[in-house]
Amino acid sequence: MDSENSACGNPNPNPTLGPSKLMLAFRFLRALSLVHRTTPASSRTCRGRRIERAAYASMAYSAGTGRGWSRAVLRRLHHRARRRAVAPRRLSTTAGNRAEALRQLVPGGAGMDYCTLLEETADYIKCLSMQVELMQGIVDSSSSYGP
Amino acid sequence: MSSRRSRSRQMSSSRITDEQINDLLTKLQAVLPEAHLRSTDRVSAAKVLQDTCNYIRSLHREVDDLSERLSELLANNDINSAQAAIIRSLLR
Repeated sequence: MDSENSACGNPNPNPTLGPSKLMLAFRFLRALSLVHRTTPASSRTCRGRRIERAAYASMAYSAGTGRGWSRAVLRRLHHRARRRAVAPRRLSTTAGNRAEALRQLVPGGAGMDYCTLLEETADYIKCLSMQVELMQGIVDSSSSYGP
Repeated sequence: MSSRRSRSRQMSSSRITDEQINDLLTKLQAVLPEAHLRSTDRVSAAKVLQDTCNYIRSLHREVDDLSERLSELLANNDINSAQAAIIRSLLR
């Protein structure tokens, strides 16, 4: 279902500035509302998975299409229904094949040259930790003030 | 170490130097936790890559765990209090 993606809105028009925390929160909140509205109350695991996809989707949309990792995340989310095993893209041998483990952790990492991979990884980590902070903040606030 | 220079040569005319790689590795190390504890001179590529992989794995686990907890919260509260919680966390 594309609902998690459509709730996140249009990709960030200023990818070079990096995602603002507010934009990230806004997108994530919208996606969260949609998940809440459209998931039956009984299916807790399904809702958890949808929230996780909403987290990655809002992260990727906030980062914009200027980043290899965000494009890879959005591709993966849009093709989720196909469930096809992704064949590893053949790397140019002159670029080298270093950091295999890292390539598997960073979305789109398999096809990048080493320098791009290092840059993309730094950006991915920044956005990922921002998303984690956001989600942790929501959980913390709910726990202190919740019923 | 000198063999790395020839292996890292790209198709284009510009050669990726060890300096550039080291610069990128330093920037990468800067976004890892406890970055202020580490020295800023020549970094060990293997160590930085190892720490990076471990950190990304732990972040993925956190997203997974927090998604489950948010799922519980949505089940127990209505969406309005979750929205209020988000706004509160932003205003902090």
